[in-house]
Amino acid sequence: MAKFHFSLVSPERELYAGEVDQVDAPGAEGDFGVFEGHEPFMTTLRTGTVTVYAGSARRMFEVQGGFADVTPESFTLLAEQAVEIGAA
Amino acid sequence: MATVKEMRTRIASVKSTQKITKALQMVAAAKLRRAQVAAEAARPYARRMASVIANLAKSVSGPSAPLLLAGTGKDQRHLIVVATADRGLAGGINANVVRAARERIVALTAQGKDVRILTIGRKARDGLRRQFGARFVESYELGLKAPGFDLVQPIAQQIIDLYLGGEIDVVTLFYSQFKSVISQVPTAKQLVPAIVDQAEATTSPDLKGGVYDYEPDENEILETLLPRNIAVQLLAAVLENQAGFFAAQMAAMDAATRNAGDLITALTIQMNRTRQAQITKELIEIISGAAAV
Repeated sequence: MAKFHFSLVSPERELYAGEVDQVDAPGAEGDFGVFEGHEPFMTTLRTGTVTVYAGSARRMFEVQGGFADVTPESFTLLAEQAVEIGAA
Repeated sequence: MATVKEMRTRIASVKSTQKITKALQMVAAAKLRRAQVAAEAARPYARRMASVIANLAKSVSGPSAPLLLAGTGKDQRHLIVVATADRGLAGGINANVVRAARERIVALTAQGKDVRILTIGRKARDGLRRQFGARFVESYELGLKAPGFDLVQPIAQQIIDLYLGGEIDVVTLFYSQFKSVISQVPTAKQLVPAIVDQAEATTSPDLKGGVYDYEPDENEILETLLPRNIAVQLLAAVLENQAGFFAAQMAAMDAATRNAGDLITALTIQMNRTRQAQITKELIEIISGAAAV
């Protein structure tokens, strides 16, 4: 499956940057998942969990408020606050 | 002329001062590295934020644009935000920022504008309070913790409340830009109305013919982003200040250590001369005493 670039940044630091297969995030008007080639899309975020799938690895982050910027090739998530809560 | 004993005390005192400046220099060097990393880590967020806002601002304009972007259309009441460090012993870094802010305040007052002041960092407060105490809105201190988002959040909120409450028209931030370890430049940056960096807008991503979908809509996204952008810019300024402060402190303490070293050398030579003169004098007394017998 084609990968795309995902970065998760909080004001203090960059928590994730790299090529991923899929990212699920809590949008203001409903959760959404992003694959490679997604429509350009911008939304604000609710508090919730962001799940990042890269290969067989899965990492989860708790984000509080923020903003998502999706283009066909990349997904940038500006979180107001973010912490990693688990990996699998 | 000072006696040998007095000079010995003096040398000992300069030596202990030198130990202190040396220690402070090393502490500043260690903290500088951490502050620099923090300042750099905050950059991607600020940059992305700037480019997103620039892109959004292109599509949102006219009377419907958010107040924080469009401005009140007036230029009468200014809020000057001055950010410095809490502590001194770092050469002119704090004083330079305070001087730049003071010049701006005096110039604005001369033009008949209303100026109010908000300070971040103890040195900004101390430097401006005597002259402009009546204009103060609030002073914040950095405290001992490494500055983070929770420090700037309430400051940003207060600025936004003042602005949306119609009490101010323009907000300008003064801080010390961290150019390099040996160069920190006092800088003024307009926070409100937001200045859209057109250079950022042109670096818009390749959409492959698609058009951005907004959830909720552009205006609402801008409404949430602009206030956050103020906090982000404040944080960036505070972090740059902090890195610049430690760099300046390291340089100042390095110079102080060297000066103390020079002083010790000079004093030691002087002490040796005095001691030798003393010995010579005593010898002459003995010899001429013996010759007289």
